[in-house]
Order: sequence, then structure tokens, then C-alpha cells
Amino acid sequence: MRRAQLLGGVALVVVLALLPFSALTVPGVLPGAFASPGTLQLLAICLVFAALALSYDLLFGFTGLLSFGHALYFAVGVYATTIALSVWHWAPVPAVLLALGCGLVLSALAGAVSLRVRGIAFAMVTLAFAQAGSVLVVQDPLRVTGGEQGLGLNVSRLPDALVGVVNTRNVYWLALALAVVVYLVVGLTTTSAAGHVWAAIRENEQRIAVLGVRTYTFKLLAFVTGSTLATLCGVVYVLLVGGATADVTTPEFTLALLVMVVLGGSGVRWGALLGGFAYTLLDQRLGALAGSDTVAALPAVARVPLSQPLFILGVLFVLVVLFLPGGVASLVRPGGRPAGKRVRLPTRKRARA
Amino acid sequence: MTGAPVTGARETGGEVTAEPVLRLSDVQVRIAGSQILHGVSFDVAPTGVTALLGRNGVGKTTTLLAVMGLRPRTGSVRLDGESLDGLPTHRIVRRGVGYVPEDREVFAGLTVAENLRLAERGTAEPRYDPVFELFPDLRTRLRQQAGTLSGGQQQMVALARVLLAENRLLLVDEPTKGLAPQVVGEVARVLERVAETVPVLLVEQNLGVVGRLARRAVVLNQGRVVHDGDATALLEDGALTRRLLGVSAETGARK
Amino acid sequence: MSTVVVLAVTGLGLGALYFLIASGLSLIFGLMRVLNFAHGAVLGVGAYLGWWASVHVGGPATARMLVAVAAGTVGSAVLAAVVELLLVRPLYEREVAQVLVTVGLALAIVALLSGIWGTDPKVYPVPSWMTDTSSVAGALIPHGRVVTVLVGLAVLGLFVLFLRRTRYGLVVRAGVENRAMVTALGIDVRRAFTLVFTLGGAAAGLAGALAGVYFGSVTPGLGSSLLIYAFIVVVIGGLGSVPGSALAAAVVGLVQQFTNYYAASGIGDLSVVLLLAVVLLVRPQGLLGRAL
Repeated sequence: MRRAQLLGGVALVVVLALLPFSALTVPGVLPGAFASPGTLQLLAICLVFAALALSYDLLFGFTGLLSFGHALYFAVGVYATTIALSVWHWAPVPAVLLALGCGLVLSALAGAVSLRVRGIAFAMVTLAFAQAGSVLVVQDPLRVTGGEQGLGLNVSRLPDALVGVVNTRNVYWLALALAVVVYLVVGLTTTSAAGHVWAAIRENEQRIAVLGVRTYTFKLLAFVTGSTLATLCGVVYVLLVGGATADVTTPEFTLALLVMVVLGGSGVRWGALLGGFAYTLLDQRLGALAGSDTVAALPAVARVPLSQPLFILGVLFVLVVLFLPGGVASLVRPGGRPAGKRVRLPTRKRARA
Repeated sequence: MTGAPVTGARETGGEVTAEPVLRLSDVQVRIAGSQILHGVSFDVAPTGVTALLGRNGVGKTTTLLAVMGLRPRTGSVRLDGESLDGLPTHRIVRRGVGYVPEDREVFAGLTVAENLRLAERGTAEPRYDPVFELFPDLRTRLRQQAGTLSGGQQQMVALARVLLAENRLLLVDEPTKGLAPQVVGEVARVLERVAETVPVLLVEQNLGVVGRLARRAVVLNQGRVVHDGDATALLEDGALTRRLLGVSAETGARK
Repeated sequence: MSTVVVLAVTGLGLGALYFLIASGLSLIFGLMRVLNFAHGAVLGVGAYLGWWASVHVGGPATARMLVAVAAGTVGSAVLAAVVELLLVRPLYEREVAQVLVTVGLALAIVALLSGIWGTDPKVYPVPSWMTDTSSVAGALIPHGRVVTVLVGLAVLGLFVLFLRRTRYGLVVRAGVENRAMVTALGIDVRRAFTLVFTLGGAAAGLAGALAGVYFGSVTPGLGSSLLIYAFIVVVIGGLGSVPGSALAAAVVGLVQQFTNYYAASGIGDLSVVLLLAVVLLVRPQGLLGRAL
């Protein structure tokens, strides 16, 4: 099984890498042929969010940490890079390192504070930090973030290969590389000794805590790893879209991540990737579908809901949670662990003799 | 022991052959990957007290919780012959099963009166008079917050509230736990009176109380029934008691 | 001095709105252990139903405002009841799935509101006596703010009456403490769940319509933006404690107004978040909550 999975994965990566050379189209789903910049841009964004969803799943699906603030670290990647390049005129490499460093340090600090509490309280603290970040970005006290308007990326110091529509394929390959790197890092860490502790924490934290395991340290490790990966995704995202906007800091965005991993199947690496990819694709393309003639011709009762991608995604999500709790991954892997049972919020039931 | 045999029942050599009020058959409970009960089967006699004994952690409380529907289980549980399988907890209670949990679990933020009122099942007139006769102290403490009561008083509240309604069976879990010896005596006295009219399945570590109240004893070990027979006979057999329970029956001391 | 009075009244007015949202959330979490993300969407539906009703009714602004408030409250209550029965109840015992369902629902409902009515703000009927001011301690206080505070206090009173004087209120108070034991006394807690969810929805709908009056208009995103602060209020006040939510709401509203004014705009929002972090670290159960 593992050999087959590995070969399948490699084959998939190869196929994806070769797409920019293909003149094939998928009408309706994609805006143009695979080789076209528009399509490559779209696919690259889907890949970045797939990687981001996987970085979130490291916390949620693998360690059982329900965080509502993951978007913050993505935003740090986005904004630190943009500010360093556009406002302070740094060279690209130091800018990226700054972003990663910020993500690492910030997540370590925030994680250290948030993880002192558990369950709902933890979720609330992460939400609070994310909200604080969002407020800081929008209110922009230091006059660097561009507030609600956002900030354009100054590309003058970037390598030529990454700039310009004609080089979209290069950024696409960068996004693909990002997804592969995140996949490998998550795979390595979750199958390591630390990863086994994470899985144990997810199942029943009290049980291994009484064995003397310092669950706090392991949770912090998961938190920092996942968050820093998110920052990396943010860096690539900025290169892709050419700027920073405040909507990446909203709690709605983290909730979207939650939807992505559950739709795809939390706790399963390719599930999270698939969820991220599919959600983003749907979100981007349903808008086009909504504006299409077929939908415009429908009676209002159908047209109005269908014209809203988030409505379709929301309903889809509700249906998945109700009837397919393991996400798409559980269709392929029967007996996949459903998201509903895994993360346990603290209840009043105490251990009984 | 206590009470007269039920009409029509015959006691032969310590065996009661009337219909049991509760019958467990192959009850299994699995929690978070661990098998807690491995197929527990026993009967509870329709009169008197049946003690459920065993060392710490063998699954005594889990057995009661499983009967109450508070733990998912397989196997069958029958109350007076009627199946309780698949019923939610509140329906099981309404069939006439009263539950007095370990650690009492009175509602600390509510007054004594409110704790009692909650327990009114609403189907018949709540029996406050008999309850206050058994627990005169509670009548003076109606307005007191239950969280400020002593352990013994909380135990009285926990017992009082199940007695407000008609029960076919009472499940009582370690009622004397953590109580001073004098209070233990009071609790035992109350249970003795209660057991005259309602059968009781009693989980208890205090063998003195068991000896005083119980007619039959079921012993668990690691989620299985390892002994089921006359309570007095068990407690009089020191070696057997020590082997099954790890305690000396006379002194109650732990080995 | 007059500035202080104005800030205080504004802060309390905002706090009253937060309380209306937080009270339901707090009970829903305390009793049902459900983190109800759909609460903001329910508020939004109330706000829009209220607006729609006010547009279709003739008459003076005061009457239309009252119609809006009534429609919003009732509409949200009905929606909440339906949601609980169809989506939340079937997921009893699957706590995370319940949270996820509310997330999905929130997405879908807000999108639907945008689809039906667009994203432009819808103007609410605000009678002139609400925007008129009176002089108190040298400050000019808009009547609308005071009305909001009074409504908040009235709802607080109603909730407390419900909790302390009715049987269902007793069940709720006990259930917040120990849900399993309530069922072990023969009570079907699920009915209390539906009731709490519905009452919470009604309060949210009321908040939505009042927010329309308070801010003058409503947008589809209204619920989500208010929901964050409501969550913060719930946690600071203590999960499951309605008086706790009231206290926390007042504190949050006041802190927000005063810091926004005396420090810088935006710092108020930040300081509320800091307040949450501090409370969670020092007293995780909140001001009036039970130990978690």
C-alpha cells in the first residue's frame, strides 16, 4: 500500500509539473488551457491553499488542536514579505527569512500563551490573537500595512523569473514545490516519535499526561511547526497575487481552512490537500458559474442561492458533516476517523472506576 | 438479613428463584479503545440488597453507568423482563430506576429544595412526606445551597431525590465513600429501611455495610463476574474475601 | 466630564447589544457545549427580516421600528428552533461536528442574505425621538443609546426570571452544571436544548434589529463582526452564566469606547482582545463562571 501510494504521489506531482506544457482545457472548470497564465494562476492559488490547509490539519486533524487563529500566521507571511519588499526595500531573501522568522517567533509566543488552556478556551484565545492581528492590520497604527486597501508588492528586487505574466508558470512550479515540501514536512513530523505523541494527544490527552508526558511541549511543537508552514505559504501567496490584502487576516478565513480540511478529510494528508484545492477551486470558479448565462436563466429561487459560491460551499459542508464526517478521504479509506469524534472538548464526565 | 421473601419466591440453599428485577447478559463496555467490561452477566434479586463488589477499577461503576444508559454498551439488560436496550437515560429512569451516583453529584449551585424539585418525575405525586420522614434534617435546609452541605448531607440529598418517585430498582454507588463513621451508620440505616420496599443494587467498598445490608454479592474482577452468591457466606469466608477483594472482612483493612 | 458620560452611555449601549447576543451563546455553550457560529447568521437574518418587515409596513417611523424589532425577534427564534431540531439535535454527542455544522450554516446563510438582498447597507427606520438628545450632566445623550441599554436590562431580567422561576430554567441551570446527572433524574434535556437555542436565537434576532436601529443600517456581514465580540464577552463573563455575560458585556463595551477615544481608534478593539487573553490566563472560567 505504501509503495503504491508513493508511486501514485510521485506520478501526480510529475503530471502537475507538466501541466504548463499542455494545451488541454477543462471547459467550465478552468478559464483556459492548462498552459494559459490565467489557469496556471488559478491552479497555483489552489496549490497554495492546499498546502495551507494541510498545515492547519497538522494542528487540527493530527494533534486535535482546534485553533481559530491559523490564518494569522499566513497573514504574517503575506504582510511581512510585502512590507519588507515594498516599504523597506529589502532584497528578497532577507525578506523571506524575516517573514519566516516572524512566523516562528510569533507562533512560539502566541502558542506558549494559548496552550496554557485547553479546548474551547484555547480556541477562543487563538481567535483573540487572530482578531488582534486583524485589527492591527486594518487600523495600521504604524502606517505600513495599507489598512483596508492593502499593499501592493514591489517587485523590483525580485528575480526576473518570478515576475510578470509570462512567468506565471514559474510561480506555479513554486506553488507546486511548496505543496510538496509541506506534504513531506507534515509526513515526516507526523510519523516521527513526536508525531506519535501528537496522535496520542488527539485521542486522549489525559491518558498520556498521566504517564508523565509533557503534552504542553508537544502541542507547542505542533503549533509552531504548523504555523511556520502557514507563514511559508503566505510568502509564496504574495508572490502569486502580487500584494497583501486584509481579508487574509479575518476569522472567516480560518473558518474556511476548517471547512477545507473537514471536507477533504482531516487527519489524512492528501485529504487536507484535496480539501484545500477543491474548496479554493470551487470558491474561485463558482463565481464564474454564477455569472454564467445558464444560471442567469434560472428562476430566482434557484438562481439566487447558486449565484453565491459560499452558499453552495456552506451547504456542501453541512451535508458532509452530517453524512460523511470523514470527508472525501473516508470514501476512499473506509473506516476513516470522522472529525466529529476525534477532537474532544472538555466535558464534565470524569474518569470512573 | 432484612425483609421477607417475595410471595411465591423460594429460597433454596441461598438461591432466590423469583424473577430477577434486573438481568444483565453479556454486557460489554468499550471506552476510548479500552475494553472495560468483558461480558458481565448477573441477576439482581427482586427484594433486598445485592452488593456489587470488587477492587478499584474493575468496572463496578461502569456497570451501573451502562445499565443507566450513560455508557455505550452491547449485550442485554432487562428490567422486570422488559428490555432497556437502546433506551436513552431519561427513559430508563422513568421506567423506575433510581440512580445514586458515586460522589453524590448534587447540583452545587442549586438549593436543596431545587435539587429535590428537579427529581420530581411528574408522573405521580412526589412523596415528600416519606422522604422528609427519612431525612428530617433536610427539611430545615431547603433553602441552603447544596454546595455548602457536608458530604453526609449531600449523600442524604442524593438519596432523597431518588426516593421522591416510585422506583422498581435503585442503583447506589459507594454511598459511604469519604464519610465519617457515624454518618456511615446513618446512611446504612437509611438504606436498610429503603431496601425493605425497593430492591437495591449496591456498589460498596465498606464490607461492614455490605455485611449488614446485602443478601447477595456479585464480585467483579477486570470487567468480569468472578463470584455470584450469598453475601454472608462470602464475607464469612476470610480467605475467599481476601482473594477476591484484597481486603480482610473483619478489620476492613487493605492487604 | 461630559465626554465621560457620553462615552459611558455609548459603551453601555454597545455592551447591551453584545449582551443580547452573548446571553444566548453563553447558555447554548454552557448547557449544550455547542460553540454556535451560526448565532451571528441568525442575528443577520433577524436584522434583514426586521428591515423587510419595516419596508412593507406603512406608518410612522416608531411603528415601523417596533414592527422591525418584533419581526426580527420572532423570525430569528423560528430559524433557531428549526436549526436546532434539524441540524444540531441529530449530532448530539458529536460536539465538534455540531460546531462544524454551525460554521457551514453561517457561511451558507450569510451568503444567502447577500444573494437575496445584496451587500449594500439596508436602511432601518429610526424615529427622530431616538436620535434626539437630552442633556445629562452637561453631555448630550442620544435617546437611542439609552433605549438600547434599557432593552438589554429588560432582557437580562427576563432571562433571570426564566432561569430562577420556571421549571425549564431550573433544568437549564442544573444542566449547565452537570448535564448527565439531569438525564439520570429522568429529564429529557433535549427539550431544554431546543428551548435554549430558540431563546438565544430570539435574543440574537432582537440584537440584529436593534443593531439596525443603533447603527442606522444593516449589512450581511453584521452578524459576523458582532459575533467575535459576543464570543469574547461570553468567555470573559463565564460560559453558561447569563449575569456573567451582562457584566462582561458592560466591561467590554466601556473598555472599547474609552480606549478608542483616549488612546487611538482601533486600540479599543485590541484592548478587548488583550482583556480576553488576560482573563483566560488568570481566571479561565471567566468572571462568574464555574470552574471548567
